[in-house]
Amino acid sequence: MENLTIEGTPKTPTIEFSLEDGSLLIKGRSIPENSIEFYKPLIDKLEEYSNTPKPNTTVRIQLEYFNTSSSKCILDVFKKLEKINTGGSETVINWYYEEDDEDMLEAGEDYQAIINIPFKMVEMEE
Amino acid sequence: MEIDLYNFYSLMKQDDIILSYKGDVSSDLVTSVLQIVESKMDKLDEPSKIRKKVYNVLVEALQNLYHHISENPGLVGNEDVSSVIFVIGKSEDAYLICTGNYMDNNQVESLRERIDKINSLGTDELKDFYKEVLNNGLMSDKGGGGLGMIDIARKSAHKLEYDFKKLDDKYTFYSLLVKVGEY
Repeated sequence: MENLTIEGTPKTPTIEFSLEDGSLLIKGRSIPENSIEFYKPLIDKLEEYSNTPKPNTTVRIQLEYFNTSSSKCILDVFKKLEKINTGGSETVINWYYEEDDEDMLEAGEDYQAIINIPFKMVEMEE
Repeated sequence: MEIDLYNFYSLMKQDDIILSYKGDVSSDLVTSVLQIVESKMDKLDEPSKIRKKVYNVLVEALQNLYHHISENPGLVGNEDVSSVIFVIGKSEDAYLICTGNYMDNNQVESLRERIDKINSLGTDELKDFYKEVLNNGLMSDKGGGGLGMIDIARKSAHKLEYDFKKLDDKYTFYSLLVKVGEY
């Protein structure tokens, strides 16, 4: 299984998904006009990974901004991870936010309320 | 056509307008406008809290315009209905983000009801409504899911101001004004 790496742009985040390490990083800005198209390769890769996941899956979400169109896709990513978690791979989502960014913390808490995976809120110094 | 450019300049200055635009909205335009406003806020040394809220609202407001454009091709007078206007300004106590676009008369009532509903909700209720739509709402092909306006209201923390001006038996001009900032 090949890893997935997508380089970031001003409107789309960096994605690094290592299937052999069971680690996924989404970092940067996610504000594309068409987020379904952007997130499709990741959703497909998660589906592939869910067949033979590692014993542990570690996710880091380190977003500076995301638009509402991305928020739906991020939920889809988390729903795939939920399946991976119940399928025998212990999954943790680390949600990063800058120290004074209450909106980003709250956004993480919104997902935490919906998704049945342990979340860890990680404050970053600016 | 005659333009008194100095008068136009003075008006923009007097109303503290950072940027105004009339025409079609492309993805590249959205990118450029975001960059301009971001560097302007950098220059003004705005607290990052305000900066992020303004940026977020701007993304949603501009992308609403962008997604709206191709839906209903047509003309109002001799103008294409895909043409929009937006104005970004900064008053003493807040940033103002105003958008205007044509829309079908028959869509006015549902939009009015939606904004009125959002305006009637408090902070916690808005949060719950957002989660409900995020979790249950269907996504349109364009990626919008009806979340944009709720998100704008959450970030704005002011009531949304709007106006519908009926132009003819087919089209209405819809204006939205969003205030951001807690000075």
